[in-house]
Amino acid sequence: MSSSQTSTALPERISISLTVNGETRHLDVLPWTVLLDLLRDHLGLTGTKKGCDHGQCGACTVILDGRRINSCMVFAVMKDGAEITTVEGLAKDGALHPLQQAFIDHDAFQCGYCTPGQLCSGVALIKEGRAHTRDEIREFMSGNLCRCGAYTNIVDAIEQVLGSNAEAGQ
Amino acid sequence: MNRFSYLRATSIDEAVREAAADPTARFIAGGTNLIDLMKYNVERPTRLIDITRLPLDRIEESDGGGLRIGALVTNDEAAYDPRIHDRYPLLSSAILAGASPQLRNSATTGGNLLQRTRCYYFYDPGTPCNKREPGTGCPATTGRNRIHAILGTSEHCIATHPSDMAVALAALEAVVHIAGPDGERTIALSDFHRLPGDHPEIDTILQHGEIITAVELPSTDFSRNYTYLKLRDRLSYAFALVSVAVALRMEGETIAEARLALGGVAHKPWRDPEAEAMLRGQSAAEGLFASVAACILKDAKGYEDNAFKIDLAKRAIIRALFQAASGTPQSQTDKRIQ
Repeated sequence: MSSSQTSTALPERISISLTVNGETRHLDVLPWTVLLDLLRDHLGLTGTKKGCDHGQCGACTVILDGRRINSCMVFAVMKDGAEITTVEGLAKDGALHPLQQAFIDHDAFQCGYCTPGQLCSGVALIKEGRAHTRDEIREFMSGNLCRCGAYTNIVDAIEQVLGSNAEAGQ
Repeated sequence: MNRFSYLRATSIDEAVREAAADPTARFIAGGTNLIDLMKYNVERPTRLIDITRLPLDRIEESDGGGLRIGALVTNDEAAYDPRIHDRYPLLSSAILAGASPQLRNSATTGGNLLQRTRCYYFYDPGTPCNKREPGTGCPATTGRNRIHAILGTSEHCIATHPSDMAVALAALEAVVHIAGPDGERTIALSDFHRLPGDHPEIDTILQHGEIITAVELPSTDFSRNYTYLKLRDRLSYAFALVSVAVALRMEGETIAEARLALGGVAHKPWRDPEAEAMLRGQSAAEGLFASVAACILKDAKGYEDNAFKIDLAKRAIIRALFQAASGTPQSQTDKRIQ
C-alpha cells in the first residue's frame, strides 16, 4: 500500500492476518471486502449468516477481540491482527458450548437462520456479565432479530446458562 | 458499492493531510453508518482513510475537572466507563438507549456525531433529496414523514439528526475538539450541528479535511437529577420519535440550574434557552413544566404523519422533568415509564 496512491489508481490487494476460531489466516483482501463476505466466501465459514446486510438484524454477529459486532458493517482490511470467533468456533473438543445445548433444550429456534448470530451474541452477553434479569437479557439481545419469533425460548436458553454459571460461582 | 483506495493513517497529521488533498476522501472508524450508506450508494468515497489506529481511544481527565472522551472511544466503552457512569450518567443512559450492543461495540464517539439522518428518501438514491443531491427537492415534506422533524425545518429538508448520544452531550454542554489543515479548534456541541436552511446537504460545521479528536465534558455535576426519556415505535433498537434529555441541579426543592435537549424532532439536538430560564429558581410543578413544554414547541410545525410528535414531545418533556426533579431517571432496560 502506497501513501502516494492517487484516488484514480487501481486499488491494490492488501495483506492482512486474522485469527479465526484459533487458526491464523494470512489473506490478501480488496479494501471493500466486508468481513462477513470474507468469512463466508473466502474462508468457507458459512455459519455466519447474511440477513439484512445493513446492521439491523444481527444474523452476522461474530465475536471480534472479545466483543460482539455486526460483521456486515466492517471492512476486513481494517481488522488486521484481530481474533475472531464465529459460530463454528463455539463448540470445543466436540462438545457443544453450553448455550448451544441450552438452545436445543429450550427449542430456541425455528428456521435457524438467525441462530448463529443469536448464539454469538448470547455467548458475548454472558461474558459481559451485565444481564441478570429477563428484561436485561431481552434488552441486551435486542440487536438480534428472529422472524420466527423464538424470542421467549431464546431468553429461556440464555437464562439457563446464566443460572448454571451463577450456581457454579462463575 | 463503489471501489475505493485505502490508507491506514498512522498520525492525525497524515490523516488530515491525506483527506484535505482529496475532496472525495472520507475518514472511517466504526463504519456502522458510512459502510451502510456505501452499500446503498448514498456515499461514494473514492478513498477511505482508516483512523482507527490513531491515539484517540482514551478517556482522560481534562484540565477543568471534566472528562475528555477521545473520538475513537466506542459507544460501549463510553457508556460503561466508571467515570462517565458515575459523573455523567445522563450520557451513559442516552448511549444505552441507542442502537444495539453489537453496534455500540463498533460505533465511535466522533462517528456518532457525524452519522447521517435516517430519512427514507435520503437513503434511497431512486428518489430526489436535497440533502443527498442539492436542488432536487424534498419528497418527505409531502410524502411519508412519521420520523421527520417538527422544529427548525426548512422547505428544503425536514430530516432529523438520529443520535441519542448527541442529545445528552448538548444538555451537558459538551465541547467538540477538532483538528484540521489550519490547526486545532473547539466548538460547543450545540453549535456543531446546523439547521437545514438552504443547505441541507451540510450537516455540521466540520470542514473537509477536519477530524474530530475528542468530546470534552465540563465539570458541572448533573449526576443526581437527570433522565433520558426516549419514545419510539418499538421498545428497543429503534431511532427516537421523540427523546428528552434533562439535567437539573436541585437546591432543596428549588431548580437551581436546568438543561433540556430534545432528540428526534430537528436537524440537530434541540435546546431552548428561554425554556430553560423558566425553570431556574422554581419548584417542580405540573403547571410550570407544561408552560416550559409549550414554550419549546410554540413554533413547531407538523406534517401529515408526524403532527402527533408535537403533543408527544410536550408530554415527554413534562414526564422527563418530573423524572429528573425526583431523581428517578428512566431505566433503559425496564421499559415502563414512571
